[in-house]
Amino acid sequence: MTDKKEWPLWEVFIRSQHGLAHRHVGSLHAPDAEMAIMNARDVYTRRNEGVSIWVVRASDIAASSPSEKGPLFDPANSKVYRHPTFYEIPEELGHM
Amino acid sequence: MYAQMVKTGVDHIQSKEEMSPEERAFQDRVDQDIKIEPKEWMPEAYRKTLIRQISQHAHSEIIGMQPEGNWITRAPTLERKAILLAKVQDEAGHGLYLYCAAETLGVSRDELMEQLNSGKAKYSSIFNYPTITWADIGAIGWLVDGAAIMNQVPLQRCSYGPYSRAMIRICKEESFHQRQGYDAMTKLARGTPEQKAMAQDALNRWWWPSLMMFGPSDAESVHSAQSMRWKIKINSNDELRQKFVDQTVPQAEYLGLTVPDPDLKWNAERGHYDFGEVNWDEFYQVIAGNGPCNRDRLRTRVKAYEEGRWVRDAADAYAAKKAARAKAKAA
Ligand SMILES: [Fe+2]
Ligand SMILES: [Fe+2]
Repeated sequence: MTDKKEWPLWEVFIRSQHGLAHRHVGSLHAPDAEMAIMNARDVYTRRNEGVSIWVVRASDIAASSPSEKGPLFDPANSKVYRHPTFYEIPEELGHM
Repeated sequence: MYAQMVKTGVDHIQSKEEMSPEERAFQDRVDQDIKIEPKEWMPEAYRKTLIRQISQHAHSEIIGMQPEGNWITRAPTLERKAILLAKVQDEAGHGLYLYCAAETLGVSRDELMEQLNSGKAKYSSIFNYPTITWADIGAIGWLVDGAAIMNQVPLQRCSYGPYSRAMIRICKEESFHQRQGYDAMTKLARGTPEQKAMAQDALNRWWWPSLMMFGPSDAESVHSAQSMRWKIKINSNDELRQKFVDQTVPQAEYLGLTVPDPDLKWNAERGHYDFGEVNWDEFYQVIAGNGPCNRDRLRTRVKAYEEGRWVRDAADAYAAKKAARAKAKAA
């Protein structure tokens, strides 16, 4: 009953109307990139959700590992001065 | 619901003391509403239960296309046909979102297809009832999608990231499903006496099976308790059923239709409708494979899969040919 080999998994990224960056929306199986884009249109943009589609083979994505979340992201924790709210601006100056 | 009576493989709820350090850290994250993502550590029972639940849900979306698909070529107007086609296509999409979510837990799409096509996998009892008139299409959108929404809205907050995200996508699309169904029912209920009778007949036949969708009372179920602890189930079956009745009865009244339950009565003290007992024997018969359409649903599913084989083979051959050409060109 099952086919001999499973189609590769593709991750789908869509850019919406308003000039935002492509955003991951989900994944699907397809034999090649061309079919993946056609399927992605039907699965992920049935209501005009996008103006551009990227598909990437899931196996080609390198990802940070969840167990290294600490060492990887901790260094940013202590750098509060990277946020505008760190600085006090005299009220009489108004908006800055 | 679309996933009914999902077993968790546990026989009691562990206390925090009984848990391993990993299990405790996991439960703490769940308690704090931190989403669990695919590659993170999770208890084996959580993973397995989620695969069962999500795949049952996915299979329901896929089989669920059949009762409605039955009327696409016979819809009363071109507009109704286009709407129904779009709705059924959405259900296919829902199945696909959910299969992808299940796959992140380490089960392959082929395994899932095999489980469905071999009859091993379960899907919601509701899709084993026939659609014998056009009014059934209205009733399904209104009641069946209505009941599904009851369950899916809280699941948007479930603990597993990919499942939660699939639910968010699905919920965005569901309200169109329910509205188009109610709209079709409204047309019939305000139509000729024959049309109104058709709408009433559809309500008569779909009311109780819709209440069964929530599953038998699970107040005593250790599986439900465990699933709630893991936040992959948010409300009890009785709670959701009550909510559904409370919401739907006024909608039926508005249509001038009668809910087929002599025990249905507003209870001012409780602030809820009281309603009659569901025929659970019928429910168990249907999930055991003896509903009116079980065999037909599976046969149709397998036939579609087999008849689509040449398309999959052609797509494979074309992809291989293109890849070979690209390779030759690069060489
Ligand atoms: Fe759906
Ligand atoms: Fe739906």
